[in-house]
Amino acid sequence: MAEWKAAKPENKVLGWVEERLPILSLVNNVVGPDTPTPRNLNYWWNFGSLAGLMLVIQIISGVVLAMHYAATTGVAFDSVERIMRDVNYGWLIRYMHANGASFFFIAVYIHIFRGLYFGSYKAPREVLWMLGVVIFLLMMATAFMGYVLPWGQMSFWGATVITNLFSAIPMVGESIVQLLWGGFSVDNPTLNRFFSLHYLLPFVIAGVVILHLWAKKISDSGNPLGIDVKSSADQIPFHPFYTVKDAFGAGVFFFVFAMFIFYMPNALGHPDNYIPADPLVTPPSIVPEWYFLPYYAILRSIDFPLGIPGVFELVDAKLLGVLAMFASILVWLLLPWLDTSKVRSGNFRPLFKWFFAFLVVDMFILTWLGAQKPEGNIPLYGKIATAYYFAYFLVILPVLSRKETTLPLPESISNPVLKPAE
Amino acid sequence: MKLVKNIAIALTLGTVALTGANAADAGKHPLQIDWSFSGPLGKFDQASAQRGWQVYKQVCSSCHGLKYFRFRNLADIGYGEDMIKAFAAEYEVPGDVDDFGDPTVRPAEPKDAFPSPFPNENAARASNGGALPPDLSLINKARHDGANYVYSLLVGYDDAPADFELGAGMNYNPYFKGSQIAMAEPLFEGAVDYEDGTPATQEQMAKDVVQFLMYVAEPSLEKRHQMGIKVLIFLALLTILLYISMKVIWKPVKEGKNFYDE
Repeated sequence: MAEWKAAKPENKVLGWVEERLPILSLVNNVVGPDTPTPRNLNYWWNFGSLAGLMLVIQIISGVVLAMHYAATTGVAFDSVERIMRDVNYGWLIRYMHANGASFFFIAVYIHIFRGLYFGSYKAPREVLWMLGVVIFLLMMATAFMGYVLPWGQMSFWGATVITNLFSAIPMVGESIVQLLWGGFSVDNPTLNRFFSLHYLLPFVIAGVVILHLWAKKISDSGNPLGIDVKSSADQIPFHPFYTVKDAFGAGVFFFVFAMFIFYMPNALGHPDNYIPADPLVTPPSIVPEWYFLPYYAILRSIDFPLGIPGVFELVDAKLLGVLAMFASILVWLLLPWLDTSKVRSGNFRPLFKWFFAFLVVDMFILTWLGAQKPEGNIPLYGKIATAYYFAYFLVILPVLSRKETTLPLPESISNPVLKPAE
Repeated sequence: MKLVKNIAIALTLGTVALTGANAADAGKHPLQIDWSFSGPLGKFDQASAQRGWQVYKQVCSSCHGLKYFRFRNLADIGYGEDMIKAFAAEYEVPGDVDDFGDPTVRPAEPKDAFPSPFPNENAARASNGGALPPDLSLINKARHDGANYVYSLLVGYDDAPADFELGAGMNYNPYFKGSQIAMAEPLFEGAVDYEDGTPATQEQMAKDVVQFLMYVAEPSLEKRHQMGIKVLIFLALLTILLYISMKVIWKPVKEGKNFYDE
């Protein structure tokens, strides 16, 4: 495992501080010159630092927005419009924050699927992976509550639909919903607590990110070949090599991000959210933000109870849908034990590759299905896509890891001569 | 009891939303107009926006509010301070209470928002056969393909087809959701006398008022477009520079150098 190297700054003041609080050593050992990192990381490894950068952008822009925003139902919408019209560069900050959420999710989705393909969840990185899943869950909660704050039609009705999901839980469901609402419907207390939590959770995320990086230090970065580091010849210092590579990736990513902020700032939002919330008018269709659509599609696909229809129901349809939605993400936590193949990288798993490619396609299909009205064949497609999603994790991976003949692995990262499979 | 009822309503609404029992007719796809403000270099057409202001003031404002628009904002579409003061002074807004504690009214000033045509929602509905004319401040952003939609709606009035059942007091307009709308056709040829002599056809007035409403909905549009070019050029150069730096820094790695050989 990674060894710890103390930093010895030449500057006397820094040295004095370092002796008392070794913070330079910390940076140095996690993303610095004394962080030996596999030399073969490809561009898919850029998205972790990009997600980190997006978190920083979201926190900074969000703190500024909070200086001008008023979390009261009567004035929330007006205060957002005041930001757009009268606050200096308020439009820029708000469009950065609104589109920033989407780009944060883009970076994180790519980061997660990188991990799924290259086996980043396998030993010794199980905890690193699971902390990542926790970050993703926190992000979803934060993004959902953030979307409620402008108090437009989609804010209000999205909040109503999603909070109502908890009412499916037996016995305590309705009490939970009332606790979330702070009353008997989505109203001012709901907006207040969502604002409070929307401000709090990003800092919780930042905390878990630190744990995530700590776990990365302990287990080292994985790499596209999925083999362990054999000697120092396999490694290069994180800084300057991966800092400059990450910076270049950030340049490309921010270019696309800026195209959205400046030229299509509302393309990823719903026009109905420019209509002030009205509890008496239900929008023709309530659609979540794009990054929630796959789970929304899974939720809607389960419209049948668990049990024998008409005889007895162990779990009713609504609860089963909610459980399936949460399970679709929680199942990631079990991945290290579902996929027992010793070979980490998908590059050396000829069958896995195909099933993984189908999973990616399946995610896109679920995203598309989540945005459609559940009419005609849409619910049927939803069931098929949902079935494949769960089959991938619960059936395909466990079977594949026992049956698949993997390709020979290279000798080492620096000497990629193939040796026969063990 | 109220609690139970509220929960029941919320659950029903939630279920309706989840099952999507909402097969409303979405309306005809809007006509596509080549607007001056669309595209990365798009700008407002000031002359058109000024004419649009005239159309809004003389036609739309009798029913539709513009609550986020302040008279001072007219400076952005090319009006001078005196003109703005004169426009504002045509309207009255509530003033401070007088020495006896009675409410007063005063002429509007540039800082004031455009006064709403109705004191409240009930008054608005009472004057419009039960329908509520929406505030137009954000209308171009609050509809799919907003600018084209508003334009299409304004020029899209037609006689209802023989087999179409039109509700009492409703008007046929295929671009509106459900194809019938409470608002009567608002723009007729010559409804306003343009000060600049432009012939006031229905299409012209619709285009002008959409231009004006686009400015009201997105006042930062021009600034945003201009800043965007600078930001993108900066990011492109920075990215190229970072790419070159990366190539230079990575050279020894590509040559297979071992950085930990003592």
